[in-house]
Amino acid sequence: MFDVIIIGGGPAGLAAAKKCYDEGLEKILIVERDTQLGGILNQCIHTGFGLGVFKEELSGPEFAHKYIEMLRDTRVEVMLDTMVLEINRDKEVTVINGNGYQKLQAKAIILAMGCRERSRGAIATPGSRGAGVYTAGAAQRYINIDGYMVGKRVVILGSGDIGLIMARRMTLEGAEVLACVEINPYSGGLPRNIVQCLNDFNIPLYLSHTITKIEGENRVERVTIAKVDEHFQPIEGTEIVFDCDTVLLSIGLIPENELSKVAGIELDKRTKGPIVYENMETSVEGIFACGNVVHVHDLADNVAMEAEKAAVGVCEYLKGRKSEGSVDVTTYEMIGYTVPQHIHLPLDKNKYDFFFRVRKIFGPSVIYVIDSEENVLARFNRQYIIPGTMEKITVPKVLLEKGKGNLKVLIEEK
Amino acid sequence: MTELICIGCPRGCHLHVDEENDYKVTGNSCNIGAEYGRNELINPTRTLTTTIRLSGGNHHSLPVRSAHPIPKKLLFEAMEVLNHREVKAPVKCGDVVYADILNTGIDIVATRDLD
Repeated sequence: MFDVIIIGGGPAGLAAAKKCYDEGLEKILIVERDTQLGGILNQCIHTGFGLGVFKEELSGPEFAHKYIEMLRDTRVEVMLDTMVLEINRDKEVTVINGNGYQKLQAKAIILAMGCRERSRGAIATPGSRGAGVYTAGAAQRYINIDGYMVGKRVVILGSGDIGLIMARRMTLEGAEVLACVEINPYSGGLPRNIVQCLNDFNIPLYLSHTITKIEGENRVERVTIAKVDEHFQPIEGTEIVFDCDTVLLSIGLIPENELSKVAGIELDKRTKGPIVYENMETSVEGIFACGNVVHVHDLADNVAMEAEKAAVGVCEYLKGRKSEGSVDVTTYEMIGYTVPQHIHLPLDKNKYDFFFRVRKIFGPSVIYVIDSEENVLARFNRQYIIPGTMEKITVPKVLLEKGKGNLKVLIEEK
Repeated sequence: MTELICIGCPRGCHLHVDEENDYKVTGNSCNIGAEYGRNELINPTRTLTTTIRLSGGNHHSLPVRSAHPIPKKLLFEAMEVLNHREVKAPVKCGDVVYADILNTGIDIVATRDLD
């Protein structure tokens, strides 16, 4: 019997395991489907990791290495090359690997499966089906792990961080990146990545544009882009044609929740991840979740901090913490979602973090937390808030205690 | 006055650098921004991350980085040098795989263990 089984050995799983160990849990198991720990960090060879957790700027593999080293001499067990087939409400974990099929019993489970990329099918790009269309993350793996160059003349669709990072990576490796094409009037990536991945190499970013045609029978030969109107419809006469052999898609990430669904865990339609409480517990008691399986983060550091929260949640659960109901955290159309979606009562933490993303660019603004009678419990000033950056507010318990009923998070532009 | 977005951390502060006033930086939230704003106009630098060939191991490519930022104008030249470099497994995270790249005094180091 394990105290906790952690599903996934990427940044979320590693940080959760470390914290569970530090908090004194005895029997901890990480189940990882790859032959090594680290998850996506292994292919993210660029720097930008670690400032939050380790106070130094690390590459992805270095960030993973720190955790792997910390876990090396502990009792934390790791099962590599092992696929989890099913989990259930009784915390039974069914796995398969070279040793065959096994059922493992845990007192608690942490879901840390991460996310996967949206692919070409999800947005129905028109055109022929020649080779040379990759998701940005797949191309990243080919180049950084396997050592294959995926193309010479590249157009990138979408301006998520992985697409931006790959624009720089392909350029450094000798490819010509002709354009980064974004359908929204703003980029989905971090501002620093626009600067250091596009501007540094004079790669043009076409905002409010999309690909309208991909041509080439055996291999991509040509891509047509066009400006879009406010309804995202291509505007005739605005077409630009690029001769290229490769298209990279950086069009979003989706939390990977097949296991969660089978276990009957309630998912949020907006995040596509489990609905969670402030301690990262899902709708099924004793099953917790953290990282990109819950909602897509910008930074591995934020994933690690969320994982630590889940680990503390597991420890409290195993010590027999009982809650007496909960309140809901709601929002409105300009905020895409909040995490957590519920807060356990009684309020027993000193402060409560709320994470969310906005749906448009806000200038100087005020974020409000109100209760069901529209009393303002807390307010936060911001100079600007952009959809590409996850926003966080921290509300002290003393302020939340004054509220009645459910909570709501709102933004007002000054 | 030059406007920049700081790349020192994910926050991405909007900086103003005053060339006529000893490159004084405003709009920064911390010292990283003050330093970045000044450097960016005098001698812009970047950390180079790439992979080099690895032989004798289970993997074919080893992730590496410059231990410190190198002049931005040397990025492509450094890539050219590293594309001809091959190391033998095993390698430890932090091992120097190319010392003093392009006479910058900065080493290229491995960023993971690979057997």
